Amino acid sequence: MCGLCGALGGEGHWSTHIEDPEQAHSERRRARAYRITLINRVLKPHRVVIEDFQAASFVLATATGKREIVQELGGVWHQAEQLSGRLIDPLDTAFLQSLG
Amino acid sequence: MNDTPPLLPVHVISGFLGSGKTTLLKSVLASEDFGDSAVLINEFGEVGLDNRLLGSIAEDAILLSNGCVCCTIRGELSDALRRLLSQRQEGLIPAFKRIVLETTGLADPGPIASTITADPVLRHHLRPGTNVTLVDALNASTSREQFPVWEAQVAVADTLVISKTDLINESELSDVQDLLDTINPAARRLGAEALGQPSDLLFASSPHLQSFTPSEAKSWLGPWRRVTTADSHDHLNEVRSFRLNFEGEIDWTCLGIWLSMLLNRHGSNILRVKGVLHVMGDNRPVILHGVQHTIHPPEHVEHWPEDDRCSELIFITRGINADRVTDSLNAFMRQVSDHPSPRIFHA
Repeated sequence: MCGLCGALGGEGHWSTHIEDPEQAHSERRRARAYRITLINRVLKPHRVVIEDFQAASFVLATATGKREIVQELGGVWHQAEQLSGRLIDPLDTAFLQSLG
Repeated sequence: MNDTPPLLPVHVISGFLGSGKTTLLKSVLASEDFGDSAVLINEFGEVGLDNRLLGSIAEDAILLSNGCVCCTIRGELSDALRRLLSQRQEGLIPAFKRIVLETTGLADPGPIASTITADPVLRHHLRPGTNVTLVDALNASTSREQFPVWEAQVAVADTLVISKTDLINESELSDVQDLLDTINPAARRLGAEALGQPSDLLFASSPHLQSFTPSEAKSWLGPWRRVTTADSHDHLNEVRSFRLNFEGEIDWTCLGIWLSMLLNRHGSNILRVKGVLHVMGDNRPVILHGVQHTIHPPEHVEHWPEDDRCSELIFITRGINADRVTDSLNAFMRQVSDHPSPRIFHA
């Protein structure tokens, strides 16, 4: 646990559950960094950026300086939609084209 | 060393009004195989427990002759579950090994899983178990046409128990089977005999309950494609099931991001997702299993079948067709992942 903010380490999201808990810290950090890289590719057209926060949660930020903290991947999309004012719909052809 | 006690499964018995839920629950309560259960029902009166009743042991809780505890749901489900756990911890009721929850006939059982996994207390003690749905063979077609929740109940089922089969002829039963094949081809099917003598199979369909052998992992997904005897289900243009096949290993991180986005926007229309996946850099198959917005913690199976390492993912959706999902996942993985994308197609 982080002594300053009380944040618990690790993630509760289902997508992290196949990671071996005995896995080296560096491996888990690498996996988390890759997850953040991919999310940023998705959020880029929405002008929202995601950053790691203490390896325990995420910070979403807009170009205008709005910032929100989210605990796990499940909360990222809803919060990013709120910040950008646009829906993030993977079934939307325009959204998929924006990734290219 | 991990001393954490195992999470207790919460099995759900659902089914439309008059489908036989109460009959099944009575049989479960009478069976010694299901002792050590806590049963949550909406009203005692519906089940008629008087002759098995031993007496009140705590507020709202009754001890049954086979060792089960029976409680009423008053208000929120999460409150009832918390109260049950609290009474168990304080020794006010016996230490049950599972919870069996009977829903009302008009309830969509899908949100029950998220009630458990989203609650900060419950998720440390409980896990979603097996969804058993009763289907009244005599009234299946009528119920489907008049009540959309009927399809939701069938779609979330791990096990389908078909009741009242003695009241229809073979041709009519075949039509009911076709209807169920269209909506949920992957669920285990049990006949009306399960109502009188429920076996271990009743709650055995959940991947959490057993350590799959390689062949069991694939058979859990159901037959490759069930053959229906008629094209009369074109009107079933709302709820449908389809299977995605993957040629090549899967970037798990990328799939997880895509699926979490899909559930965020369309979770209420993704009635069910289940699959066996070959994840990049992982020699063991990964079992994925979810209901609506809730994905259960994925689990590993020890080995792949010798001749089959292909990933498969089954979706049961409302108003979302296979092409849209397949095209989306193909495009997403191709453009977002750092790794070569598998070829994804649907059957």
